Amino acid sequence: MSRSLRQNLGRLAFYLLLAVLLVYTIFPFYWAIVTSLKAGSEVFQPTPFPLRPAWNNYVVVFQEQPFGRQILNSLFVAVSVVLLSLALAVLAAFALGRIPFKGRRLLLFTILGVSMFPQIAVLSGMFELIRWMGLYNNLLSLVISYMIFTLPFTVWVLTTFMRELPKELEEAAIVDGASPFVIVTQVFLPLMGPALVTTGLLAFIAAWNEFLFALTFTLSSEQRTVPVAIGLISGASAFELPWANIMAASVIVTVPLILLVLVFQRRIVSGLTAGAVKG
Amino acid sequence: MAKGARTALLAGLSVIAASWAPGAFAQSLAISCGAVGMELRLCQEGAAAWSAQSGIPVDVVSTPNSTSERLALYQQLLASGSGDIDVFQIDVIWPGILGTHFLDLSDAFSADEIGAHFDAIVANNTIDGELKAIPWFTDAGVLYYRRDLLEAHGHDRPGSWEEMAAIAADIQAKERAAGNDRMQGFVFQGNAYEGLTCNALEWIDAWGGGQIIEPDGTTSVNNPRAVAAIAEAASWIGTISPRGVLSYQEEEARGVFQSGHAVFMRNWPYAWALGNAPESPISGKIGVMALPPGGEDGQATGVLGGWNLAVSRYSNQPEAAKDLVRFLASFEEQKRRAIVGAYNPTIAALYENQEVLEANPFFGDLYDTFTNAVARPSAVTGTRYNQVSTEFWNAVHRALSGQATAEAALADLERRLQRLARGWQ
Amino acid sequence: MAARANAGSALTRQRLKSAWLFLTPMLVVLALVAGWPLLRTISFSFTDAHLSNLDDSSFIGFENYVFLLQDPDWWRAVQNTIFFTVVSVSIETVLGLLIALALNAHFKGRGLLRAAVLIPWAIPTVVSAQMWRWMFNDVYGVINEIMLSTGLITEPWAWLADPQLSMAAVIAVDVWKTTPFMALLILAGLQMLPQDCYENAKIDGVHPVVVFFKVTLPLLKPAILVAVIFRTLDALRIFDLIYVMQGNKQDTMSMSIYARQQLVDFQDVGYGSAAATLLFMIIALFTVIYLYLGGIGREEKA
Repeated sequence: MSRSLRQNLGRLAFYLLLAVLLVYTIFPFYWAIVTSLKAGSEVFQPTPFPLRPAWNNYVVVFQEQPFGRQILNSLFVAVSVVLLSLALAVLAAFALGRIPFKGRRLLLFTILGVSMFPQIAVLSGMFELIRWMGLYNNLLSLVISYMIFTLPFTVWVLTTFMRELPKELEEAAIVDGASPFVIVTQVFLPLMGPALVTTGLLAFIAAWNEFLFALTFTLSSEQRTVPVAIGLISGASAFELPWANIMAASVIVTVPLILLVLVFQRRIVSGLTAGAVKG
Repeated sequence: MAKGARTALLAGLSVIAASWAPGAFAQSLAISCGAVGMELRLCQEGAAAWSAQSGIPVDVVSTPNSTSERLALYQQLLASGSGDIDVFQIDVIWPGILGTHFLDLSDAFSADEIGAHFDAIVANNTIDGELKAIPWFTDAGVLYYRRDLLEAHGHDRPGSWEEMAAIAADIQAKERAAGNDRMQGFVFQGNAYEGLTCNALEWIDAWGGGQIIEPDGTTSVNNPRAVAAIAEAASWIGTISPRGVLSYQEEEARGVFQSGHAVFMRNWPYAWALGNAPESPISGKIGVMALPPGGEDGQATGVLGGWNLAVSRYSNQPEAAKDLVRFLASFEEQKRRAIVGAYNPTIAALYENQEVLEANPFFGDLYDTFTNAVARPSAVTGTRYNQVSTEFWNAVHRALSGQATAEAALADLERRLQRLARGWQ
Repeated sequence: MAARANAGSALTRQRLKSAWLFLTPMLVVLALVAGWPLLRTISFSFTDAHLSNLDDSSFIGFENYVFLLQDPDWWRAVQNTIFFTVVSVSIETVLGLLIALALNAHFKGRGLLRAAVLIPWAIPTVVSAQMWRWMFNDVYGVINEIMLSTGLITEPWAWLADPQLSMAAVIAVDVWKTTPFMALLILAGLQMLPQDCYENAKIDGVHPVVVFFKVTLPLLKPAILVAVIFRTLDALRIFDLIYVMQGNKQDTMSMSIYARQQLVDFQDVGYGSAAATLLFMIIALFTVIYLYLGGIGREEKA
C-alpha cells in the first residue's frame, strides 16, 4: 500500500515537474502571440488574453515593409547556405574522415578554431571582403559570410558520420574501380540522408536567425532578411516601439521554423547522436 | 524535396539577377532617414517632392531604430569610404564622432539660411569651424504630468525638482492608500545608456552645475552643484521612483506613465501624441512643461536632442546631395513636417507660425526649452564622446543604484575623464 | 596487411591526391571568409588603429594587451562571463538531463513535450531577448504580475535594474533558450546506452535512483561532456542575448560586449581587436582543457 502510494506520488511529482517545464518553455511564445493581438495601449496591461483580438497587427506587418519579399530573401539565403555548406562539407568530410594523411587532426582543430572567434571581431574584416567582392547589399554576401559559422560545424558533424560508415562498402567499390568522387556521390551520399538532414536543418536555423551580418551587409529593405526587418520595425516616432507589430512579425517567422523542427525532430536526435558523441 | 529545393534556388537566382540589374543606383541619390512609420513617410514625401523638382530619383534607406545600432552601421559604411548613402540623418551628438566623413556645408548655405536655425544647434554642428550638418528637427527633454491627479490632490505645477519630488511623494502615497497600489511618483530613463546621460545632464544643468565637460575642454563635472543634483536624484530611487527605473529606456517609462501608473514622467515630446491617442487610458489628462530648476538658484532646462542632415564626403553627386539637404531643411518642408508629424522645427520663426501652433498647441510653451536646451559635450570631445558618455552614465548609474555616493561617483568620474581628456586636448 | 599496403601504394597516392582535391574548395572558402578577417583582427590588435584613421595606424606591440590586462572593466567582464558560463551551463546540464530522462521515458504526451521543448530554440534570439525584457518589466511585466498574484513576492521586483537580479534574469533566459539543445545532446547519449545494464539492475531490484547514479550517469558521461563543451564555448562568447536585454550595463557586461563597445561605440579598432583576440585565446584555452579532460579526438590516432 505505502509502496504504491509512494509510486503514485512519484508519478505525480514527475508530471508536475513536466508541467512546470512545459510552462517555462511555452509560456513566452504564448505571451508573444497574446501581445501580437493587442491594440494600442493594451500592450502595457498584463491581461492574460487579448480582449478584442487585433488581427490588424498582422496586416500592418505586410503593409509597412515588403515583408513577403523579406521572407523569400531569408528563405533563399538559408537554403543556399545549407546547399553550399553541405556540398563543400561532404567532399571535405570524405577526405577528413576516410583518408588518413598527415596533419589531418591539426586541420580538424583549425577548422573548429575558426568557429570560436566572436562574430563581432570578424565583422569589419568581413565587411571589407564583401565590398571588395562587390557584393554589398546583395543576398550573396550573406550566403558567403554565413559560411564562417556553418562550414566548421557541418564539416565536423559530417566527418564523424563518414567515419562511421562501413569499410566494406568502400572496399567493394574500389575493387570495382570506382574513383573517390564516385564513391562519395554514388556509394556514401545515399547512406547519409539522416546526417544531411540534421546538419542541414541546424545550418538552416543558424542562417535564418542571423542578425549582425545581415544588418551590416544589406542596405535596402528589398534585400533585408527577416530578423533584420523585425529588428528595424519602429513606430511613428524615433523612440516608440510598436510592440504588437514586432510580436506579430516574430510569430509569423517563428511558426514555419517550429513546423520545420517538428517535422524533423526525430532526425535531429538521431543525427546529433552520431555527430556529438564521437566528436 | 529536390524539386522544391531547385525551385527555391531558381527563385533566389532571379532575385539576385534583379538586384544586379545595372544602372539602378547610377544617377540616383540615397538618403538614410527614419525607419518606418511616420518618420519614414514624411521623409519619403519630402524626397519625392525634391525629385519632382530636380528630376533626380532618391532612394530612401531605412536604418535601425536604435540610435547606437544606427551609429554602428554608419561608422562601418563611412569608414570603408562607401558612397552608397549620400545624405545621412545624424543625431545631434554625432557631428563630432563622424565629422571627418562629412562635407563642410557652410559655403553651400547662405548666412541667412544658416542663421534662421537655432544658434545652439548650429554651434553644436560646427566642428573646428566647419558646419558638418544642417539642423532638421529638434527635440528636448520635457516633464509630463498628470493634470487630473495634480488637480484632484490640490497641487500646482512644480516650480522646482524638489517640489516635483514632494508632490510626487504626496500623490503616490494618497493614490496607493486609495487602492491604486502600483502608482509611482516619477519615471525617467535610468538604464545605463545614452538616455541616462540626457536625464542626468538635465539635473546637473537645472542645478547650474555645468555640462560635464565645458566647451573649452575642462572637466567640470565634479562640483558641489552637480553632486547636489545627483544626490537629489538618487534619493528618488525606491521612494517616488521604482527601483526598476534603473532599467528603463524611453518606452518603458512611457509604458508605466501611459498605463496610468505614474504622476510625472521625463520624456521626449513624442510621448505627447501617443499619450493623448483615443485608446490611451490617460488621454486628455496629460500636461507638459519644461523641466524645472533645482537647488538654490537653478534654471529650467531640457537636453538638446534631434536630428540633422549631413552630406557624405564619399558621395558621387555632392552638389545634388547638398541641394536635397537644402530642400529638406527649408522653412516650407519643416513647416509641413511640424503640421503633419509634430516634428519640432529648428527654424525659430516657425514657432510663431499660426498653422504650426494650431496643429501643436504646446509648441509655443516649449519654445524657450528648445532655444535654451543644454547640449551634451559632443562637439568638444569629438570621437571620444561615446567614451565620455559611457563613463558618465556608469558613474550616475552607480550613484542611483546606491553602489556609491554621489560625491564618490563624481570624484571617480572626474579622474577617469581627465585620463580620457588626452583625446581632445 | 603489409601485402595490401604494398599493392595499394598507387591507390594510396591516388586517394591522397583526391583528399586534397576534395578539401580544396572548403579550405578556399574558409580561408576567404575566415582567414582574412581573423588575420586582420589579430594584426589590428598590435596597432593603435582608430576607426576614423584606419590607414595611418602605427605598430605599438603589446601595448593594447598590457592596457587590457590593467583595465578593471575588462576583468569585471571576464568575471561576469565566467560566472554566467558556470551558472548557466550547470543549470542547463541538470535541467537538460532531467528533460532528456523524461523524454526517454515512456509516458503519455511525450511527443508534445518533445515538440514544446524545441520551441525556444527556434525563435530568433533578437526577438526572444526583447520578449523577455518586456515580460520582466517591474510595473507592467507579466512575470511580476504572476508572482504578485500568487503571493510569491509581496512587492514588484526590479528584475532588470537590480545588479544581482539582472544577472539572474539573463541566466534564466539563457537557460530557457539553450536547455533544449543540451537536452537533445544528452537524449542522444541516453538512446545509445546498452539496455542490458538496466535489465540486470531491474532484476536485482535496485532502486531506480541508485541505478541512475551507479549505472546511467557514468555511462552518460561522454555525451554530457560533449554537450557541456559546445555550450561552454558558446556561453563564453555570449553577446546578443545580454546585449539586447541589458545593453552595455556593467553589471552584466560580457567579454564580447566589452569588445564590441571598444570596437564599435568607442571606434577603438586596435584596442577592441586586442580584446577580441584575447577572448578568442581564452575560449581556445578552455577548448584544449576540455578536449584533454574528455579525451575527445584521441581516437584520431587509431
